Amino acid sequence: MFRYTKLTLLREVGLWALALVFLAPFYFLVTTALKPDNELFTTSALAPPTNPDFSNFIDVLTATGNSNVVMGLVNSAIITAGSIVGLIALGSITGYVISRSTRRWSKGAYYLFLIAIILPGQLGAVPLYMGARALGLTGSAWGLIILYTGMLLPLSIFLYANFFRGLGTDYEEAATIDGASKSQIFSKVVFPMMAPATGTVTIFAGLIVWNDFFTSLIFLGGSANQTLPVAMYYYIGSLVSQWNSIFAIVIVSMIPILALFLFAQKRFIQGFSGGLKG
Amino acid sequence: MTATMQPKSEAAEAPRRGKRTPGTGENTRPRRGPMQFGHWWWALPGIALVFAIHYVATGIGGFFAFTNWTGIGSFKITGWTNFEAIFKDPTKLGALSNTLFLAFGSVLLGNIAGLVIALGLNRVVKTRYILRTLFFMPVVLSPLATAYIWKYIFDFDGPLNAFLTAIGAGDQAKPWLADPQWAIWTVLVVLVWSSTGFAMVIFMAGLAGVPVEVEEAAAIDGANLWQRFRNVTLPAIRPAVAIATTLGIVQGLRVFDPIMALTGGGPAGATETLATLVYKQAFALGNFGGGAALALVLAAIILIFAVLQQRLTRSNPED
Repeated sequence: MFRYTKLTLLREVGLWALALVFLAPFYFLVTTALKPDNELFTTSALAPPTNPDFSNFIDVLTATGNSNVVMGLVNSAIITAGSIVGLIALGSITGYVISRSTRRWSKGAYYLFLIAIILPGQLGAVPLYMGARALGLTGSAWGLIILYTGMLLPLSIFLYANFFRGLGTDYEEAATIDGASKSQIFSKVVFPMMAPATGTVTIFAGLIVWNDFFTSLIFLGGSANQTLPVAMYYYIGSLVSQWNSIFAIVIVSMIPILALFLFAQKRFIQGFSGGLKG
Repeated sequence: MTATMQPKSEAAEAPRRGKRTPGTGENTRPRRGPMQFGHWWWALPGIALVFAIHYVATGIGGFFAFTNWTGIGSFKITGWTNFEAIFKDPTKLGALSNTLFLAFGSVLLGNIAGLVIALGLNRVVKTRYILRTLFFMPVVLSPLATAYIWKYIFDFDGPLNAFLTAIGAGDQAKPWLADPQWAIWTVLVVLVWSSTGFAMVIFMAGLAGVPVEVEEAAAIDGANLWQRFRNVTLPAIRPAVAIATTLGIVQGLRVFDPIMALTGGGPAGATETLATLVYKQAFALGNFGGGAALALVLAAIILIFAVLQQRLTRSNPED
C-alpha cells in the first residue's frame, strides 16, 4: 500500500520547498561573501552579487597574527585528532572494564561518569584554569588535548559501556579458552568489534572539539596555538558590519567540517542516531 | 550471521580445546559469572582523569559558591549569602526564566519540526537521503559560525528586513536583535534551526523500527492518518521521543555559545540566560563566588531534568 502516488509527489515537492527555506541562510552566506565592498550596501541583501569577487577569501587566508586562519586550521586539526585518539584509547578500555566487571564499584563508576556528563562546565572552569596554569598546560596544544580528553571522556565511556552491554561475551570466552591473554583479548578481539562505538565517539568528539570556542579561548589565550574558532573570533572582532569579509572567514571555517560531513554523511547520521539509542 | 555461526565453530573446536587448557575447559560454560574480562586497574587512568577534571574542579568551584572570592586574592566564607542574592535579584530571576523558556521552547519546536520532517521523509519519498543530508547540515556547524550567519539575517540592513520590504511589509522591519521584545524569539529561531536536524535523525531511526504490517493493518481497519499516527506510530517511537526531548533539554539549559555570539545577553538582559550570567559574573565582573553560586543553581536544575530523563527511559518496556 505504500506506493509512490500523486500524494507522495506532492509531499516530496513540499519537503523540497521546506528544505530551500531551511537552507536559505547558506544562500545569504555565499552570496554575501562574494560581494565586493562597494556592493555590500548598495545592492539588496537578497540579491546575488553582480560582480562576484574572491578578494575577501584571499584576505582571510593571508591574515597574520591572532587571526592567522591557516595556523588555526592546522592547530584545530592537531588538537581534534589528538583528543579523538585519547578519547578512543581511554574511553574504550574504561568502558570495557566497567561494563564487564561484576564488582560493586563498577556500577558506582558508571554513575560517576553519567553525572559528569551533565555537570555544567562553568563551575569548574576557573579552578581548572588555575590547575592547568600551575602545571604549565595552558597555551599548548598538549594541554588542550588532555583537557578535552578529560572533559569528553565521560561521554566516550558512556557510549562504549552501553555498546558492551549489548554485546555478548561469547567471543571473549572463546578467546579465553583458546589461551589468549586479557590484553590480547581486548586488542585483538574486543577492540575490532567495537568499531561502531568508535565511529560514534569519533564523530561526536570530533564535532565538539572542532567547533568548541569557549575552552580554547580561555586555555590558549593569546598564545600562537590558536584554534580555528578563536582565529575566526579575533578576525571578526576587527570588523564592524563588514559582512562580506565576515562571511568569507565563516565559509573558510566551515568548509572542512561540511566537506567531511557530505563525504561521510551516512556514517555521521548513523553515529548520531545509533549512539544515542542506548 | 556471524553470531549464528558461533556455536558450530565452537563445537568443531571442542576436542582441541580440552588439550590447550586442561582442567578449565569443563568449567567455562556453566561458570559464566566468575569469568573475568580485563583487569580492573585498566579503568584507573580514565577514572582518575574524570575525577580530577570534573569532580575536583567542580568541587572547588562549588566551594567558592559559599565565599565572596573575586577570582584572585583572599576570600571569606559567606555561607548562603550568594544564593540569597540570586533569588532577590530580578535580573537573575529573569535569566532563569529566559533559560527555561529557551530550553523548553527550542526542544518543543525543534522536536515538532524534526518529527514532521521525519514523518514526511518516512518511506517511498525518492530523494529522502538527499533531503535528510540537507536538513542535517546545520547540526555540524559550529555555534559561532551559525550565530554570525543569523546575526546578519536579523541585521537591520539584512535579508529578513529586505524580504519584509519586498513583500510590502516594510513597516514591520526592525533591528530584531536589538529589540527587547523580539530578541529572545530570534535566539529561539536560531536554536531551533540548529537542533531540528538532530531531532529528525533520531525520529527517522525510531520510525524505521515501526513495522509496515501494523500500519497497513490499521489502515485496512479504517484508521485515518491522525489515528494511525496517534495509536500506532507514536507509541512505537516513544523511546526516540524521550531521548530526543531530554537530551535537547539538558543541552538547551546550558546553551552558551550562540547567545554570546548573537546578542551577548542583551539588549538590557532580554536574552540573558544562567549560562551567560555565570560567565559574566565569574570571568568579566570579578564576582567568582556569585558566578559559582549561579552555576550550582544551574547544575541543580540540569540534574533534576537528567533524573527525570532516567525515569522516562526506564519506564519504556524495551529496557
